[in-house]
Amino acid sequence: MRKKDLGSIQSRGWIPGLRIPATALMMVVIALPAWASLGGDSSTIQADQVHMQGTRSMSSGQSSAGQASAGRSYTVQEIQAANGTAVREYLSPEGKVFALAWNGPRMPDLRQLLGGYFEQYRAAVQAKSGLRMTREPVLIDEAGLVVQIGGRVRSYTGRAYIPEMLPQGVRAEEIQ
Amino acid sequence: MREMKIFVSLAMCFICAFLAGCGGSSHTTPNTITSTGTNVAPISVNGGPTGDYADAAFASVTLCVPGTSTCQTVDGVLVDTGSFGLRVLSSAFTSISLPQQSSGGNPVAECFTFLDSYTWGPVQTADVQIGSETASSVPVQVLSDTDFAAPPDCTSSGFGSADTLDTLGANGIVGVGLAAQDCGDPCPANYFQYFECPSSGCTPIAEALGQQVVNPVALFATDNNGVIVELPSVSAGGEASVNGSLVFGIGTESNNALGSASVYTAPEFGLTTSYNNQTYPESFIDSGSNGYFFLDSSLTGLTTCGDNTEEPGFYCSGQNFSATNQGSNGTSGTVNFSIASAQTLFSNGNYSALSNLGGPSSNSAPYYFDWGLPFFFGKNVFVAIDGANTPGGTGPYWAY
Repeated sequence: MRKKDLGSIQSRGWIPGLRIPATALMMVVIALPAWASLGGDSSTIQADQVHMQGTRSMSSGQSSAGQASAGRSYTVQEIQAANGTAVREYLSPEGKVFALAWNGPRMPDLRQLLGGYFEQYRAAVQAKSGLRMTREPVLIDEAGLVVQIGGRVRSYTGRAYIPEMLPQGVRAEEIQ
Repeated sequence: MREMKIFVSLAMCFICAFLAGCGGSSHTTPNTITSTGTNVAPISVNGGPTGDYADAAFASVTLCVPGTSTCQTVDGVLVDTGSFGLRVLSSAFTSISLPQQSSGGNPVAECFTFLDSYTWGPVQTADVQIGSETASSVPVQVLSDTDFAAPPDCTSSGFGSADTLDTLGANGIVGVGLAAQDCGDPCPANYFQYFECPSSGCTPIAEALGQQVVNPVALFATDNNGVIVELPSVSAGGEASVNGSLVFGIGTESNNALGSASVYTAPEFGLTTSYNNQTYPESFIDSGSNGYFFLDSSLTGLTTCGDNTEEPGFYCSGQNFSATNQGSNGTSGTVNFSIASAQTLFSNGNYSALSNLGGPSSNSAPYYFDWGLPFFFGKNVFVAIDGANTPGGTGPYWAY
């Protein structure tokens, strides 16, 4: 009732962050798996980095290795976006991005980062309603997708993950 | 384990109740609310223009075409210490039209992201009056989905827009928090906050500090170093509405001295809250959050109202808590508060002031404490603007 549906996403003449014409977007789409990270493979992180005009640190793919029960680990690749926000992408041993976390002064481009999960997330965040008008943190816990967004103006924190894709033994609180 | 935590919390409450100097004035002397003075504007915690807001404080703001007496008063403007700048629904302007800010001959629009929504619309200029205080040529955001189409860079948070009475629940928001300008310096194009909007569509631009939407208090001729939000205490079961004051200036008049309030400096606009031997350094005080949002059910022992209830995002059971806030300057003080079931609190639809309303801040670490509007009940909370001089030191800080 209170949340307004935004309707279809409009494609304007510019790629966000790159300022190049939309015709070039088509070339990028062909050249890179440009749309998506969550649930995608490691190559999508490269696309996110380009999109965010960011620098990436991954310490030879070994940064912040998490301990899984079966002795396996995941790796974290962090993109420091040009706008000051850091995005961490969690790669499973199978090379899939199973989680994202971010913090910084601006909200990241979740259309880019959530990829195919963006519409599910958007529908959930905008459908959220109750008896009263409220302003509160975002906590979406659906089958197949968890998204949490908190913090304050100029200091946002958040995470998104696919519960079914968490490597065995990995706990949600490790994603931050 | 859970029983242990409850026991510790209760024990701390009792200890605090008997120890002087443990901070937390909420249980001792009631605060005095200033009602007279040229620097005082009345505020009210009520259901707001839509009637269904819980725990939000509203004020009246008058906007004038700059340099003229062509003005309009907008009621039901939400008082938000968690943001900076004045934003008013386009639909609230029924009798005046404000001049448009431009960049390179094109109109300027803004995308401002809140925690669960965004606002979009043109940046226009007004003389702003709140109570008897006036600020000249204030850039304000006029909220409208239709003046210009919000570009993808604005909608990429996935949030819904809050540009209508139905979605905002208010006729506007006045951000009177710790900063003056709403983006800061610098505010480059890749922040995707300000846009120029030729007919071909809106593209991001850098916005100079002086052009940004601004906390109008910072532009008042006097009493411009911050505000005090003064609200009375509210009974445990809630009340239909309560009245208080928004006082301008800190230590600038006879009615706005710091007195015995403790100063919690906040260089990064946050403070550290400690609870149960854990510290949460990303905590903050925010009148625009309509509850105590903190921790989760596993750490509080409270149950969370389900997503399919009429109280999603709130706690649905009750308990007493005691936590400690610490400023960057080392000042610390205890805060005692209680949470009650939102289901019970919301059951009386006429009650809009709810002192025990709360919910989780997240479902797992990292956690933080968002000291929302219930924290303000029974307190005078000072908000000093970044860089402003006050008798309590230079802002940004909170004091209470």
